[in-house]
Amino acid sequence: MTKPDFAYAIYIRATREEVWNGFLEPEFTRQYWFHDNVSDWKAGSKWEHRRSDGSETVDIVGKVLESELHKRLVITWSRPADIDNPARISRVTVQLADQDWPGGPWTEVILEHTDFQDDTEMRESVSGGWPMVLSGLKTLLEAGFRENMVQPEGGCESS
Amino acid sequence: MGNVAPSCTHLTCNRLLAYYVCMFDPVDRVFKALADPGRRRLLDALRDENGQTLNQMCAHLDMSRQAVAQHLGVLESASLVVVVWHGREKLHYINPVPLFEVFERWIRSFERSRLAALQDLKLNLEERHDKT
Repeated sequence: MTKPDFAYAIYIRATREEVWNGFLEPEFTRQYWFHDNVSDWKAGSKWEHRRSDGSETVDIVGKVLESELHKRLVITWSRPADIDNPARISRVTVQLADQDWPGGPWTEVILEHTDFQDDTEMRESVSGGWPMVLSGLKTLLEAGFRENMVQPEGGCESS
Repeated sequence: MGNVAPSCTHLTCNRLLAYYVCMFDPVDRVFKALADPGRRRLLDALRDENGQTLNQMCAHLDMSRQAVAQHLGVLESASLVVVVWHGREKLHYINPVPLFEVFERWIRSFERSRLAALQDLKLNLEERHDKT
């Protein structure tokens, strides 16, 4: 097993269940990821990362390798065109853990992306993308907790 | 917030490290962790090659092993570094997420106001155009 290319961590003021749903359910992901993640999230199932703009364009596809509800998810990751090319299939692992901090519940999210192999283009686009996705997930889930939250000013961001 | 993370009860006797670990505000921890040239060099080293062991990091840097380990601890407590166990190897990864949040908080909101200013300018000019 190769070592991860990237590992990211974020701490979110929400339960593991809320983080899990926020990361996987289209009603949440379309608000910060602008994509619907479509699957039943069971080991062996397929999953798709579809644009939420109505075009239904599928940008990423993969298989669910491991799934432990609200705790751990391992999926493969590739462009639809590369689905049968093992050299261009990478792997994402997401692990959620309760974090015993004051003012909780807090959840620690660790995300690893492994096995880019020769796909440097994907490697680069992913390295910039995950911080944005994780930060967006946190903003969305913590919105209810925020006292001084800046209200979105309509238009470009909320669409 | 004034609260203290529970991890404070089992710390080393290193007071500086204890101070960082005990500080609860994640934003405080990020800025304090970055306020040291040695720690910034460690982040540079991880940016150039992600996922290094302590030994690898020591090999490239003019710093004692103890200093590198201590600095990594501070970076980890600020979540700027994430540790991943790969077999028996402890690998260190740069975690840009806290820096992205800094960007979101100050820079992107600046962009938003600049966009709003441009929008105002556009409306003003169009209004003037409409009058003429």
